[in-house]
Amino acid sequence: MSQSTIISDPLTSSLKEAREPSGQVVRFGPDEGLAMDAGAKLAPFQIAYQTYGTLNSDKSNAVLVCHALTGDQHVATNNPITGKPGWWESMVGPGKPVDTNRFFVICSNVIGGCMGSSGPANETVDGVPYGLGFPVVTIKDMVNAQARLVDHLGIDRLFAVIGGSMGGMQVLQWAVSYPERVYAAVPIATAARHTSQNIAFHEVGRQAVMADPDWHGGDYYSFGVRPTKGLAVARMAAHITYLSEGALHRKFGRNLQERDDITFGFEADFQIESYLRHQGMSFVDRFDANSYLYMTRAMDYFDLAREFGGKLAHAFDQTSTRFCCVSFSSDWLFPTSENRAVVHALNAAGANVSFLEVDTDKGHDAFLLEIPELFDTVGGFVRAAADELGLAETA
Amino acid sequence: MSESRTGPSIDLTMTADPNRADYRVISQMIPNGAKVLDVGSGDGALIALLKQENNIDARGIEISQKGVSLAVSRGISVVQGDADEDLFHYPDNGFDYVVLSQTIQATRRPEIVLRELLRIGRHAIVSFPNFGFWRMRAHLLFKGEMPVTEDLPYTWFDSPNIHFCTIRDFFGLCDHVDARIENYVALGASRRPLPDSWPLAVKNIAGEQAVFLLTRKSE
Repeated sequence: MSQSTIISDPLTSSLKEAREPSGQVVRFGPDEGLAMDAGAKLAPFQIAYQTYGTLNSDKSNAVLVCHALTGDQHVATNNPITGKPGWWESMVGPGKPVDTNRFFVICSNVIGGCMGSSGPANETVDGVPYGLGFPVVTIKDMVNAQARLVDHLGIDRLFAVIGGSMGGMQVLQWAVSYPERVYAAVPIATAARHTSQNIAFHEVGRQAVMADPDWHGGDYYSFGVRPTKGLAVARMAAHITYLSEGALHRKFGRNLQERDDITFGFEADFQIESYLRHQGMSFVDRFDANSYLYMTRAMDYFDLAREFGGKLAHAFDQTSTRFCCVSFSSDWLFPTSENRAVVHALNAAGANVSFLEVDTDKGHDAFLLEIPELFDTVGGFVRAAADELGLAETA
Repeated sequence: MSESRTGPSIDLTMTADPNRADYRVISQMIPNGAKVLDVGSGDGALIALLKQENNIDARGIEISQKGVSLAVSRGISVVQGDADEDLFHYPDNGFDYVVLSQTIQATRRPEIVLRELLRIGRHAIVSFPNFGFWRMRAHLLFKGEMPVTEDLPYTWFDSPNIHFCTIRDFFGLCDHVDARIENYVALGASRRPLPDSWPLAVKNIAGEQAVFLLTRKSE
């Protein structure tokens, strides 16, 4: 019954990481609040971040990496909770496409997240967890918070902003909100708005969390429990959308899990079931359920054209940012058509844009994988842009 | 990439040669500093040449993943796309010159593509193999088979080139879409321009390929 929800080490360590992050953190005081789209002013607030490489003397070599829905600031450092390597170590590091010998790379946990930037697991000035009292967060709020961090670091213009999925949404928002502060933008496997189907999947995930009796209306922190079952189901459903039918078939087919025949029961007979259960259970150790609600909502609300009379091209009017957009042929969460809509809008705005559709069966998660066409293109684009800007080979 | 996207991607091997005869003619037609869109840009060889020789701001459209990847990693802005599908999204007069080199014969709707080129660019430059070239005529006349040449090595059934024309035919298309021919150069078998003074009928036989510089008649 409540066996799985007894306070365990993962809970304490993840709550500690949310409130007192082990990496770098910047705290903004009561009079330095963040004005949010929902109308609230978040104050005080904190942003947890990691940096890699060296900022050059004229502060022109900074690259901001934006993380996806369940990502964090540990792009190229071990995750303090799971101990696993950074989520994009193949892309970011010395000699990697985003070369930390040349660039100063910044990655921050988004506002509303649970890895040290202010979010629902953090406490209010009164010392109680926000829970659902935390203002609903938008992609624009995340970007505005990042801009505060970039200000704090004394950086005027970012050489590049890079990210996939929800990170790609932030890249696009950066280019629209702060066009003069972004020299190059690399939005990968993303869209300028969340589709109805994507909102639908998110709603399934949220309902799974909220249906868990341990959720307690978002106030589970006070009860010393966590809605792990609901969050695990949400993760399982979402994980399917990150893959493709072809990849699932290739990896698992109808293979049975450590058994010779079906058991005529509801255990995990199939490897795919076992795999998904594992994905769900390992996720709940490191992620806050309320943060999951906030992150998914932020993506649902994202519609870049909305402020521009529904004309996406107008969002990019007069932009001098150079763009490199990438999609994956088997991605059905952010399909090529959605990425291409961004490219078409950029074309219509006369922007400097490159676009590549990578042919792969690895689905949406392809952006996290070491795919040569992705790495060659992003690495080449970043290198060429840096050369054009005259950035030194080593910072 | 979807299965239906074939065609100009095969042209990669053709565009990889920066000394290609039509490239030299094209680069001479474009003034320094112009803003150029190269439709069917392959690995970016023409754009690289134009950047180097004409100091131009150029973008490309290319159908093949390999071509786009190569070009982007050389610092050239290229969008993976298709002349038949993606020109529609570019604004009127967005470019000074729009180039379609050795690609119009591979498009599904050459007429619409040419109209789009003239809408997007103040000038359009189109180069294509001349099917009126004497060797083509001879091939058809004496062998009774569709011509297969060094530049066009495909058999009729696997060729990406689905809309062949002669220089005279192209005059007809220009008239049809209200394009003014500012200049055209026919390149002979030696890959050198044929004399301007030669009449169309002769160029249409002696020219292996042609490069047209077009504008809109209405302006």
